[in-house]
Amino acid sequence: MSSLRILVGVKRVVDSAVKVRVNSAQTGVETANVKHSMNPFDEIAVEEAIRLREKHGKDVVQEIIAVSCGPAKAQETLRTALAMGADRAIHVKTDDNLEPLSVAKLLSKIIGEEKPSLVILGKQAIDDDSNQTGQMLAGLLNWPQATFASKVDIKDGALEVVREVDGGLETVSSSLPAVVTTDLRLNEPRYASLPNIMKAKKKPLKTVSPADLGVDIRSRLQTLRVTEPAKRQGGKIVASVDELLDKLRNEAKVL
Amino acid sequence: MAEARLPLRYRDYCAHLLIPLNKCRHRTITTAPTQTTSSLHSLSEDEQMMKDAVSRFARETVQPLVSQMDEAEQMEPSIIKGLFEAGLMSVETPAKYGGSEASFTSAILVIEELAKVDPSVSVLCDVHNTLVNTVFRTYAGQHLKDKYLPMLSEDKLGCFCLSEAASGSDAFALQTRAVKDGDHYVLNGAKMWITNSAEADIFLVFATVDPSLGYKGITCFVVERDMGVQIAKKERKLGIRASSTCQLSFDDVRVPAANVLGEVGKGYKIAIEILNEGRIGIAAQMLGLAQGAFDCALPYLFQRKQFGSYIGDFQGMQHQYAQIAVDIEAARLLTYNAARLKEEGKPFAKEAAMAKLYASQVAERASSRAVEWLGGVGFTRDFPAEKFYRDCKIGAIYEGTSNIQLQTIAKFLSKEYKA
Repeated sequence: MSSLRILVGVKRVVDSAVKVRVNSAQTGVETANVKHSMNPFDEIAVEEAIRLREKHGKDVVQEIIAVSCGPAKAQETLRTALAMGADRAIHVKTDDNLEPLSVAKLLSKIIGEEKPSLVILGKQAIDDDSNQTGQMLAGLLNWPQATFASKVDIKDGALEVVREVDGGLETVSSSLPAVVTTDLRLNEPRYASLPNIMKAKKKPLKTVSPADLGVDIRSRLQTLRVTEPAKRQGGKIVASVDELLDKLRNEAKVL
Repeated sequence: MAEARLPLRYRDYCAHLLIPLNKCRHRTITTAPTQTTSSLHSLSEDEQMMKDAVSRFARETVQPLVSQMDEAEQMEPSIIKGLFEAGLMSVETPAKYGGSEASFTSAILVIEELAKVDPSVSVLCDVHNTLVNTVFRTYAGQHLKDKYLPMLSEDKLGCFCLSEAASGSDAFALQTRAVKDGDHYVLNGAKMWITNSAEADIFLVFATVDPSLGYKGITCFVVERDMGVQIAKKERKLGIRASSTCQLSFDDVRVPAANVLGEVGKGYKIAIEILNEGRIGIAAQMLGLAQGAFDCALPYLFQRKQFGSYIGDFQGMQHQYAQIAVDIEAARLLTYNAARLKEEGKPFAKEAAMAKLYASQVAERASSRAVEWLGGVGFTRDFPAEKFYRDCKIGAIYEGTSNIQLQTIAKFLSKEYKA
């Protein structure tokens, strides 16, 4: 099998354990002084890259590159990726709000330079739940895509992925290079052990700007308002199916 | 610094304040002009990453097993293995021996984060790091470092064997005897209260080569379990039950002379100096315990309603948990400050004693309150508060009783203020 380079995208998001609150301007959630960490699906992506290297050996998986687009603090997330086992990191530094299309454009430029054979992204970020970047990236690169992966393997230079879809499991195969997005059950990410956290300090981390890459990251979307969901009401016990239908139609107005 | 010129009557009343500073042995706080100062909450990026990694390990790997380990009075081998694999058993050890080569404060953070979930696991990690590893790193000859530090980083647990039935606070009255026999020493005696001993493979044993020399006969020996160490009895305890605390007996145990750690007759020095550091470790354990107890009780205060209000909104409760929060913060600052002083190479023994003393007291107050705040459920074993309350008591006892800490602090103070 010829050697390949894997590129993994990681995003710094509000930690999944945090109880988020809408900010006073109603433009988003409160992120100041709130715990942040790597997007859980991205952890799974990094873990999968490392497992592929452990399975096929360093001759096959030559290099794992972690990439993150975001403000200065995104470097913490990259260091976590390095501590988990990535070889080097690239930070596209910007304080602007990034949309999936912008991220896909930035990644495609980097991919043009770094030439990986496999790109693994989380299926979506837990802050915006967009589930778009992987698919848009594949479109921009004109590469095959295998999304919602619950199993990934490389066999004879080809990619085989089991996808979790509504109907069950779908196995697809594609040539490389390709884009894969990870789903929850793909793997259980490892802890960065303390020695690896210290070793991560010595691994290369390059910083570039969107201007360096010649990418226009202006938003195409404007968020009008962010509000909390309606407070949960108590439930009611209904006596018959007819009463249920009546309530769903006339009170909850969902039919 | 020139003597202050004060009016005559003030000088009569305040003569003691006019002791020239160069005669006062009280250490002054100086800030070099170019030095930036930061709050004790500031952690380096590595320290913050380690803290997060340990916190996660504690929540995901340790938490599910805490209750059963306490009931069974047994540490799960998978936890010990997990600690080694995560690199938590060699925090300060140099990378060439398989360690993380991190700062002392990193070790303190590890101990604190583990204690928030289980003080038993925390003390296992603390003794191994701050007593055993540090003794090897600081005092052992190269041959012992090369042989044992990798083992202690990889998978061999260590323990520190100083106390005996007749010598606790009066540690140097120990009686375990080491008699030279060719190129070996033969050890005879018994140790008590040895943490980690049921699971340990490497024992740092303090024995005297010549009782007539008093404390100057005390020597530190590296003893491996299969040289003949016997566990005479495992104690059944009030708290930190998953941590093994055993009586050990040494019955003609032959130890190679090469396993003398440091110099013969200099063991007392090793013991005194290392216990100063160990104190900061215990302070961190008690701090984590206090915080863990606090964190398990507070959410409940805003879930439980009585008389139409959350109990956390009653002023009586507000005053209580506010006070405990202050106590915990003060304990944290004492602990972190002692750790930073040590890292800076400055004298820290007084501050270490203060940190351990205070943190153990705060742990008792916080865990006691936590049980009360949870009310009836706090008294059941289904909630973590009662375990924290049982676990806290040892803080005032081991690695120097609270009275010994007070004595230590007083000794420093009398030296500072005696003219």
